[in-house]
Amino acid sequence: MRGAKPTGCGSPVCLTAHTLFSLLGRRECGRHRAAQKFERCRSYRKSKMKPMITDRKRHLVTAALVAPAGLWLLVFLVLPFMAMVVFSFGERAPEGGYQAAFTFAQFANLPSRAAAFWNTMMIAPVGAFLCLIVAYPVAYYLAIKSDPKYRLVLVSLVVVPFWTSLLVRTYAWMYILGSRGIPNLLGMIGIEDIRLLNTPGAVLLGIVYGYLPLMIMPIYVSLEKLDRRLLEASADLGAKPVSTFFGITLPLSLPGVMTGVALVTILLLGEYLIPQLLGGGKVFFIGNALVDLFLQSRNWPFGSAIAVTLVVVVVIVLSVAMRIAWKVSGSRQVDLV
Amino acid sequence: MRALVTFVYLFLYAPIALVVLFSFNAGRNASEFTGFSTMWYGKALSNTFLITALQNSLMIALTSAVLAAVFGTMAAFGMQRLSSRGRAIFDGLFAAAIVVPGVVIGIATLVALVEVFSFLNPALAAIWPADKPPQLGLGYGSIIAAHGLFSLALVTMIVKARIASLGNDIVEASNDLYATPFTTFRQIVLPQILPSVMAGFLLAFTFSFDDFIVAFFVAGPKATLPIYVFASIRRGVTPEINAVATMVLIASLLMILIARVLMRDKTPKVRAGE
Repeated sequence: MRGAKPTGCGSPVCLTAHTLFSLLGRRECGRHRAAQKFERCRSYRKSKMKPMITDRKRHLVTAALVAPAGLWLLVFLVLPFMAMVVFSFGERAPEGGYQAAFTFAQFANLPSRAAAFWNTMMIAPVGAFLCLIVAYPVAYYLAIKSDPKYRLVLVSLVVVPFWTSLLVRTYAWMYILGSRGIPNLLGMIGIEDIRLLNTPGAVLLGIVYGYLPLMIMPIYVSLEKLDRRLLEASADLGAKPVSTFFGITLPLSLPGVMTGVALVTILLLGEYLIPQLLGGGKVFFIGNALVDLFLQSRNWPFGSAIAVTLVVVVVIVLSVAMRIAWKVSGSRQVDLV
Repeated sequence: MRALVTFVYLFLYAPIALVVLFSFNAGRNASEFTGFSTMWYGKALSNTFLITALQNSLMIALTSAVLAAVFGTMAAFGMQRLSSRGRAIFDGLFAAAIVVPGVVIGIATLVALVEVFSFLNPALAAIWPADKPPQLGLGYGSIIAAHGLFSLALVTMIVKARIASLGNDIVEASNDLYATPFTTFRQIVLPQILPSVMAGFLLAFTFSFDDFIVAFFVAGPKATLPIYVFASIRRGVTPEINAVATMVLIASLLMILIARVLMRDKTPKVRAGE
């Protein structure tokens, strides 16, 4: 499409969010489709006018351009994933690793790791929701209340931590919550024996801290696109700020909210570092079970079965999120970022 | 509202600031600041394990980011010329590369490569003319492959968005003025695309440099910097880790800041003259 604007604000976080939803097929509006059709017709007629040899050359160039990326995707994404599925139907070799077989025993054994699934499925949505509660006011302030002069800087300040090492940022909290951090300070004023590290609360704190930027960005983008005249009209018609917020601002920002919640939840489903460092083996996720099965007990087939199940869960969560997003925005066409 | 937002910014940056502060702590005690000193930086920089890990990380990040930048840009251009079905397949695969959790990418790569190596190594030994056949194994190659996958998707998306925002007008104008396709590409398209390619490269570099979980599975005997940091955290917190963490933070901060400056959309200013 000529002059089509890139989706979202162009920040890496937004691009990620956009891709996430294009995975399940982003529904495009009729006008967009018509324009595409026109474009295709035009290029078809153009190509018909050219001699065949140019046409073949054109195809060759296209193939050469996409070949390296296509090969990379095939060899390091599609084939490994298929190998993993094959492994999940195999047996554990006596010395660890994989032994060819065809059995559903690994999948039948999944309940033995139910605790990891349970923890992940409970803590990930709660963490995403807590993230949302903290993120919404910030996104609202950035998009609507902040001085436009400083807006870009303020937004950058939110995005930047997301791209710095999650390991280092989580480690910082390990330091703060550890016995020499806050509990030590509390001890000085007479409150003894406070345990903060290795609790579900610490894991939740780490989650909010680590994923806050990813939640703020999509909400910020959807609020920034909001037509300010609607807010003015609402005020002119005598609506109180509160009813303007619940009647106009919040419903119109729901697509951004959905994107943020879905993104954070999906990434949390595969989280390893935060529960490992802040949960200390007491609050463990599927990711921790996977590391244990692959790198410690070397039960590869069972690990593969869990990994395949995790991917299935991710796809289900993604589809449900898409459904809800379609519903809240009132049509099949969603501009999610 | 303002107070709340200020608090959130503090929440985002205070822990990082604390790590930086304590990396300059003169004492060994992690809970009180006893004086300014750069001795932990000296200690960290004379640690050979750490330097090796740093070199590994830089090498892997650089290689995977360069490959991703080149192949990703090519793919972004190539995808425009594909049929809508072909484009949908690529879009889906790139999206999968980003959405599938790092743990799963690591496991899948590990499982597939180990299987391939267990098949290739005896075959290689059989046909190798000399006494000692080379043993294929996990290491640089496998980490670069797994990191490159995510980076490739990242670069392709960023460059694709940029190409879409350019529109066809200038390309058509250039063609109408009898420029060859190559001249048009070099003089018109490339200068406009280059900032986003650079941004993609820097983000890919940052991702690879900071990634722990994917490398954890496919690193084999090699240690990257995050793997080294993780191992030292498990051994116990010392101010030396703070110094390393600060250096890692500063490196990725610089990268992401440059990337963001490069990615700022300059088109509105051009459009204003129309």
